[in-house]
Amino acid sequence: MSTPLEPTGHLDPLGNETVENAIELKDVEGLSQGQIVRRRFFRHRGALGGLLTLLLVAVLAYTSIGAFGIPGWWKFDSVTPGDVVNGGSPTLSLPSWLGGSGFAIGDHPFGQDEIGRDIFARTMKGTQTSLNVMIIISLLAAVIGMTIGAVAGYFRGGLDEFLMRFTDLFITFPVIVIGAVLGNFAGSAGAVWLAVALGAITWTTLARLVRGEFLTLREREFVDAAKVAGASSFRIIRKHLIPNAMGVIIVNTTLLASQAVLLETALSYLGFGIKSPDVSLGTMISEYQSAFSTRPWLFWWPGLFIVMIALSVNFIGDGLRDAFDPRQKRIPSGRKMAQAAARQSMAADARARGSSDEDGQ
Amino acid sequence: MVIFFIKRLLMSMIVVLISTLVMYVLVDISIDPLADLRVGNAFNKQELISQRIQLLRLDEPVLTRYFSWLRGASGCLYGNCNLNENWLTHQQVTDLLKGAVITTIELVGAATVLAILLGVVVGIVSALRQYSGFDYSITFVSFLLYSLPVFWVAVLAKVFLAINFNNFLLDPDIPTWVILIAALLCGLVVSAAVGGSRQHRLRNFAIAGAITAVVLIYMDLTDWFSDPGIGIVVLTASSIGWAFVVTGLSTGLRSKRALYSSLTVAGVGAALYLPMLYVWAYARDAGILGWPLVVVLFLSALAVSAGIGYAWGGPDRSRSARTAALTAVPVSLMLFVDRLMQSWPAYYDNGSIKGRPIATLGSATPNLDGDFWIQTLDTFTHLLLPTATLVLISFASYTRYTRASMLEVMNQDYIRTARSKGLTERTVIMRHAFRNALLPLASIVPIDIVTLLGGAVITETVFGWFGMGRLFVVSLADNQQYPVMAYITIVGILAVVANLLADLIYAVLDPRIRVAA
Repeated sequence: MSTPLEPTGHLDPLGNETVENAIELKDVEGLSQGQIVRRRFFRHRGALGGLLTLLLVAVLAYTSIGAFGIPGWWKFDSVTPGDVVNGGSPTLSLPSWLGGSGFAIGDHPFGQDEIGRDIFARTMKGTQTSLNVMIIISLLAAVIGMTIGAVAGYFRGGLDEFLMRFTDLFITFPVIVIGAVLGNFAGSAGAVWLAVALGAITWTTLARLVRGEFLTLREREFVDAAKVAGASSFRIIRKHLIPNAMGVIIVNTTLLASQAVLLETALSYLGFGIKSPDVSLGTMISEYQSAFSTRPWLFWWPGLFIVMIALSVNFIGDGLRDAFDPRQKRIPSGRKMAQAAARQSMAADARARGSSDEDGQ
Repeated sequence: MVIFFIKRLLMSMIVVLISTLVMYVLVDISIDPLADLRVGNAFNKQELISQRIQLLRLDEPVLTRYFSWLRGASGCLYGNCNLNENWLTHQQVTDLLKGAVITTIELVGAATVLAILLGVVVGIVSALRQYSGFDYSITFVSFLLYSLPVFWVAVLAKVFLAINFNNFLLDPDIPTWVILIAALLCGLVVSAAVGGSRQHRLRNFAIAGAITAVVLIYMDLTDWFSDPGIGIVVLTASSIGWAFVVTGLSTGLRSKRALYSSLTVAGVGAALYLPMLYVWAYARDAGILGWPLVVVLFLSALAVSAGIGYAWGGPDRSRSARTAALTAVPVSLMLFVDRLMQSWPAYYDNGSIKGRPIATLGSATPNLDGDFWIQTLDTFTHLLLPTATLVLISFASYTRYTRASMLEVMNQDYIRTARSKGLTERTVIMRHAFRNALLPLASIVPIDIVTLLGGAVITETVFGWFGMGRLFVVSLADNQQYPVMAYITIVGILAVVANLLADLIYAVLDPRIRVAA
């Protein structure tokens, strides 16, 4: 359309497209790019749910048993054995309207293991480890992937060829295989080193995507303008290209984060990740899987927390992708369409000054 | 094209070479073969340590060791393989690999095929019903599958699926609530997938639910689970059904000759039901019963069916021949499965099974004696759980990719053109959209195979399969450099070959790609 700001409805006899565009335009009128993205994100129900769940899990994990030297409010810790009460079965019970015996949390809501350690404290400790590892992996992978992709995409030529072949080296193997080899020695050095090692191998997808994005962005006029103005390559990349590629970077870092949780727990399960005395959700599952028939609660909780973290991060990623995608349109409900059509016809009325209502809405 | 291929091949070989070097060094850093001696308290600790350093040549630089390993490994190219040995048991790595490679390929192959079939179908339906309840549910389910830790699901599947299903098989009696829930679910899925107006949906819901309920009640009353089989009546009816479905999807029901040829194939299949039983029995007595025979029979069934289609003649013989051959696939599969199921009671009563047919450990029942059918059933029951967990990993990604690429294609101008020419919706979807939507999948499959190989590491560990993945895990934990290197090399070569194949297929399928030689 030549006059996109004033849709006239000539092209679409039903006027549906015009009406839809009007809704879209009204939504984004007078907002900055960041505001539009934020609004779209918070309208995405799944993403909002994911964000709230993740925050809730994080707050619960970090405050309950304390972190970084600050004590928490929970009365047990993850390492001290205690007396096994009632076979260690969980004291958490559902309210009676859900078929339980009245709501109660009790001393050991998630139960105890065979030497009386509190499973709630252990699960929280494992969740902390998994969240820490997730954050380090995704930040590190984002930085490496962004740098390599940006350099390859912006400078092209031999450097690009070399960097992409270098990336191919990492893509040749399943991540879990390289992760196991690296984790085997990094894991014994502690969770942080494991995370650094895993971050150093998971950046490949992001590098490829950023490179693709840069290859098209570098041909745009504003880059030429910046060059003519005398900007250095580093400045062009930092000030002009990376902000434009931010959508791709943020979305894929989020999706990477959910994969990182699964990778870390899987490696810990195999014995090549977090090693005792550190606790991870993966080591808990591997430690307790033989006890499944007698003490199933040892097995349920760590798994549920992994699923909760990964699922909510995935939903956040999906919401971000929708929010950053300029082609993304919300399908307006029938009521909204009718309202917008009414508004439009009223505006048309005002313009036509007295001519009869021909829209026939 | 040839030059392009050779260039890519050389490039891939270099990638494999460099990656083995990098991995050799990394593995060398990662493992510590002296760990057990160092923490041990033998009186001659120092002597033992220096002995082992001698044995493993740890005093030499890592590069020297890499090159001597590479010399042995490169022998594999001309049949003189030397991949070194496991220093603890002195087994040759080549011997360790023999069974393991086949086991893993079995597992990953079955999972890949199933995941692609399921993922593509669900993805396409989900794209055609965009923004419907079905679409949203599939999206949610695929997110859930993305977020499931495989090892956790595998353990759950072992406990709930295998143990409970085995208990159920002891006394196969389907409770009423299971029938009700299954009927409801089946009705909901079918009505949501087919779509249409409210009346249509209600009708489809009722039909699908009723069919499910009737089938389950029939199974319950006839004790189907103790003595399963398809039987000639059901086989004939479903062959005719398949003939209609395949023709409808492939050429449209208005093409009478295609319909008649696929119906003929269905008829021939039904007529062959009894003779085939004699053929199988004869083959067993003659000692030629085995997978080669099955494959040969399957291929000849395809050829004969294509011949039938061609014989129906008409101006578009090739279309009828293709439709008939496609119909032969489900019909001959059913013939095979029916014969397989007839051996189920014998398998179930076999002493080695101990009444627990769905296996949770290993890839075969040890010391199982029986003919080809019994062995095949045994393989299938062992494949069931690991394959199901592997399919869970990649099913979601296939669904997402197919859906996205189908949506992209459906918004193209040529689809609008096809519609405005007055082509039927079937032609538009199957001929114009579906084929083009499959193109991007060619580049996904190799990456997914690498992912599945990674997934197999976990599944094989949980289910106790002695495949390559387990070999890798056990050797790495045992500080064995050479088995780990063998695994890494094989996986690397597989991945590179898969990528190369994908590029080639893509270049052949998509005429827009011009290969710069």
